[in-house]
Amino acid sequence: MNGIAKLLLITFSMIFTENYVLVQFLGICPFLGVSKKLDSSLGMSGAVIFVMTLASAVTWLIYTFVMVPLGLEYLSTIIFILVIAALVQFVEIVLKKYMRGLYDALGVYLPLITTNCAVLAVTLLNIENNYNFLESVVDGLTAGVGFGLALIIFSGVRKALERAKPPKCFEGLPITLIAAALTSMTFMGFVGIADKLFG
Amino acid sequence: MNPVVTAVLVLSAIALVCGLLLAVASKFMAVPVDEKFAKIRECLPGANCGGCGYPGCDGYANALADGSEEKTNKCTAGGNAVAQKLAEACGTTFEETAKNVAFVHCRGNCDVTEKKDVYQGTQTCKAVKLLYGGDGACQYGCLGYGDCAAACPEHAIRLINGVAHVNPAACIACGQCVKTCPQKIISLIPEAAVVKIACSNKDKGVVAKKKCTAACIGCGLCQRKCPNGAVTVVNNVAVFDYTLCTGCGACQAACPQKCIL
Repeated sequence: MNGIAKLLLITFSMIFTENYVLVQFLGICPFLGVSKKLDSSLGMSGAVIFVMTLASAVTWLIYTFVMVPLGLEYLSTIIFILVIAALVQFVEIVLKKYMRGLYDALGVYLPLITTNCAVLAVTLLNIENNYNFLESVVDGLTAGVGFGLALIIFSGVRKALERAKPPKCFEGLPITLIAAALTSMTFMGFVGIADKLFG
Repeated sequence: MNPVVTAVLVLSAIALVCGLLLAVASKFMAVPVDEKFAKIRECLPGANCGGCGYPGCDGYANALADGSEEKTNKCTAGGNAVAQKLAEACGTTFEETAKNVAFVHCRGNCDVTEKKDVYQGTQTCKAVKLLYGGDGACQYGCLGYGDCAAACPEHAIRLINGVAHVNPAACIACGQCVKTCPQKIISLIPEAAVVKIACSNKDKGVVAKKKCTAACIGCGLCQRKCPNGAVTVVNNVAVFDYTLCTGCGACQAACPQKCIL
């Protein structure tokens, strides 16, 4: 498969068929926590896209040029956690200084991502899939977009849920989880499409 | 070299680099926090209610700190205590806050007015309003589905007998209910107000009275009895100007419908 087709496949699968939240069930905590309102889910998606892209790039470089030569591939989890945490902190400092508007817009969501498992998963799966640098960055970017899409769709669902009157025992989180399951099932419909398009 | 040693060394090295990077970054890119801002922000209650007219307490503190806002008595949630502290922090003289409270201009409860149809849809005022202007006989009155009560951050609004009532002691005058009410019958009035109009019906007297026995019929007695010209009848309903009202109670005594409380 040539380069561009592979990038397209990564894009499509990360947003639809392999969506981190709705298909792989990663990053469920922010998915349930931040999807109550559209504007906060937009803020969170922006922050996640930003951090996933950066983290993919930086961890790929560290893995390829530091860890592989020294034979330390088995340390990838702990090193990636460390690097992502430091990166988020660094980005926060830079944004605060030079891009105050963006910093205020992302607000509390930026530090929240430090421990988002979806970010760690992106970086680890980049390595596992033997992606090159460009593919890793595109993977991170589109995984973030997929996360954002799930969050935005689900904030719409939750808005409808607020007005619904489920039975008492389903009120609150239970009905939210059921709605999340139904939303995630709709994404299963994309699986065949990817095979037909790029197979 | 022993692989364990290598692993420890590499991990420590990466951690050290990250740590140094962060330390350097925080040193060189530190944003000086305005001391005045921090001092002012500390005085504010942090309710972020927006009652001052700014988006949240940070917004108000910012405006005070950079001098674009001079009034230190705008925090409705904090009242006089906060105004006092703010005046000290800004070095200005203390001004008393004019405490406002929200008031629902309707007393059309289940005893005095009726429903014109049976509504079984989504139980919010906003939704019921969309269906032929609501299910109440009076198209102007309180719908009684409690959108305002849900919006109130202080839980100061209760629905009593089908009409929303604001508990003035708990109200912080943030104006959320005023914004939420689809009928636009809630407004902020001075807490000290002695008289208030408890109807918003703009129909002509006979029509209004048919729909609700507690309605203002727009007779204009209050307007004539008021010695200060604080009451005017606009669109068949009395409107108060609290800057002129002295609280003599003449309008209240004159009202044939007893809808001035």
